[in-house]
Amino acid sequence: MALSLKKHKMPEQDPKVRAHNFDEVSLGYDEETAVSEAERCLNCKVPQCRKGCPVQVDIPAFIAKIKERDFDGAIDKIKETNSLPAVCGRVCPQENQCEKYCVLGNKGESVAIGRLERFAADNDMAKNKEVKSVSFAAAAQKVAVIGAGPAGLSAAGDLAKKGYRVTIFEALHTAGGVLSYGIPEFRLPKDNIVKKEIANLEKLGVKIEVDSVVGRLFTIDELMQEEGFDAVFVGTGAGLPHFMHIPGENLNGVYSANEFLTRCNLMKAYKFPEYATPIHVGKNVAVVGGGNVAMDAARTSLRLGAEHVYIVYRRGEDELPARREEVHHAKEEGIDFRLLNNPVEVLGDENGWVSELRCIKMELGEPDASGRRRPVAVPGSEFNLAVDTVVIAIGQGPNPIVASTTPGMDTTKRGNIIADEESGATTKEGVFAGGDIVTGAATVILAMGAGKKAAAAMDAYLQKKRA
Amino acid sequence: MFKILDKKVLSPGVYQFDIEAPRVAKKAEPGQFIVLRVNEEGERIPLTIADFDRAKGTITIIFQAVGASTELLGSMNAGESLLDFVGPLGQPSHIQGGMGTIVCIGGGIGVAPVYPIARGMKDAGNKVISIMGAKTKDILILEDAMKAASNEVLVTTDDGSYGIKGFVTTALQQLVDRGEKIDQVTAIGPVVMMRSVVEATRPLGIKTIVSLNPIMVDGTGMCGGCRVQVGDETKFACVDGPEFDGHIVDFKGLMSRQRMYREQETVEKDHACHIGLGGKK
Repeated sequence: MALSLKKHKMPEQDPKVRAHNFDEVSLGYDEETAVSEAERCLNCKVPQCRKGCPVQVDIPAFIAKIKERDFDGAIDKIKETNSLPAVCGRVCPQENQCEKYCVLGNKGESVAIGRLERFAADNDMAKNKEVKSVSFAAAAQKVAVIGAGPAGLSAAGDLAKKGYRVTIFEALHTAGGVLSYGIPEFRLPKDNIVKKEIANLEKLGVKIEVDSVVGRLFTIDELMQEEGFDAVFVGTGAGLPHFMHIPGENLNGVYSANEFLTRCNLMKAYKFPEYATPIHVGKNVAVVGGGNVAMDAARTSLRLGAEHVYIVYRRGEDELPARREEVHHAKEEGIDFRLLNNPVEVLGDENGWVSELRCIKMELGEPDASGRRRPVAVPGSEFNLAVDTVVIAIGQGPNPIVASTTPGMDTTKRGNIIADEESGATTKEGVFAGGDIVTGAATVILAMGAGKKAAAAMDAYLQKKRA
Repeated sequence: MFKILDKKVLSPGVYQFDIEAPRVAKKAEPGQFIVLRVNEEGERIPLTIADFDRAKGTITIIFQAVGASTELLGSMNAGESLLDFVGPLGQPSHIQGGMGTIVCIGGGIGVAPVYPIARGMKDAGNKVISIMGAKTKDILILEDAMKAASNEVLVTTDDGSYGIKGFVTTALQQLVDRGEKIDQVTAIGPVVMMRSVVEATRPLGIKTIVSLNPIMVDGTGMCGGCRVQVGDETKFACVDGPEFDGHIVDFKGLMSRQRMYREQETVEKDHACHIGLGGKK
């Protein structure tokens, strides 16, 4: 059989239909498609794909199991190193990771590794298998994990598997971090995927305490000195929204992407008034920014009933930081991309509500420190977009609550925790950190990779402490 | 789950709950707030802490039922539990000895968060003169508690049914007129009241602290919904506040942002009426 140069297509909801519902956009491979896609894998002698995976999933091995229709074997392989496969199969930027290194990509399209991972995970979840709980050694040490997002969950999963007593402290009322408050239901279903993945960790023995703001309820020092935790992992994420600091940003109808998405995803404002948290979306929405969060906010606006949704981004198409797939999905759904435009002011009406977004046209100049061409304003090119809602999605910084209450744990000028890249060790003994709180806003999988590395280093640290 | 140990109706639509939350009570300080959620469908409701008892492990909250969410909360009874109760959040009030004469002003339900601040100020050795304002005598709350927490208490009612007829600023003016040397005013209540107090103290050069309660979601600095213009800066009330220097707060912007969900509040109230409040607990 000739090898197809193309991946098997991901079945998706029709763009016209899905733009108005919160059901998942991508429907997942069925068994036949998955097996057929797995057969595209050449099972290279020296597989390149693995080096692109931040959590080192044994990709050729799990794909081989799918080929053999041993789907249980496939998921077991993945779970050896990945605590949240159903999440990763959906939201990892595979095109920049595993799939980037797949040799098939040289002549055609790489193997659809992400879609196969998702298939294996979903197939497994549908079976509702018992998760074997780990029995704690009598002398098991206690580890506190701060933040139940991707970094913390990944660290907690690995530490629990090694027999430590792990407690995750989560500030919000639901675990998951950005998986719960940030990424929308239509990309990552909450009840069917996120909650189940987290429940699997709990079955491993991980204890999750929600409503617990470390830095307020107790400090890290108190956790270690009074509550008996032997080591702490800080994975508090990028929980501080950036604003543009332009006039009119505090008008009604201007949201940070964090607030907009939290209202919709965590608080389920899309089910208002059945759920009591409201959200405001007018007819015309401008989302400022070009990353995945901006795409999520724009597509969420459509689903909440907006008629016209703009993405306003100061650079060009090639510079959009969002995944290609997300940009493609957004375009299919009718999002209006206004590239090379930068907002300079939010204009309001007499009642203090947004009425227009004043922008200026940009052109690309010389490359800047990030290697991308620097956008430069074109003098005199200002124009107004009539909008009812503006969502600012230009990035997030580190939330300072934990760092500011932890003497001895140093941060950068920007407030990110300083941690060793390999071990996650901070400047405070016994305290490790990883994910967005260290690197600045990045991806789910990089945070999970950091949590995993830290878990290994914490294991070594705790073994030494025991001895 | 967080159990309601005691429920009192202070005046029609105004409730006082003692909530079992020992970990929060252990750390709570005057000026801080909590965020609670009644049930899975509920909003995250921020409320300033009205009192705390570290020995009993309780936090006292006082609130007025003004919308669907607070009405649902008000329909809860002692023995029942709240789904979520997070805190203590925000910066504590700045309280220390030697601050001099502090005038603590509470308007309406704002007396509740003022009470622990007045008590803290007095315990620290400062002279505390409290002004409590209400529309009418029947809805005045915490009078005895405020008397115990203050060296002197002045009560004002809009209709003159009790104490001084007028607003809290009327009583403040009386203090100024009698030559009281005031080192700081702390004013908590409706935004219009806080703005009036600030305008009254501005020409006198009296430092005035106000506590803001804007719309917020998480209460930990994550959403930025509670942002407020303070001087040249945009501050997040949840992590930078809730207390700010009243003389540089943009009250107009604050009031505008408070009205952001007025339309939805009507929809929500209708919805709550149809399903029957309390039925969703």
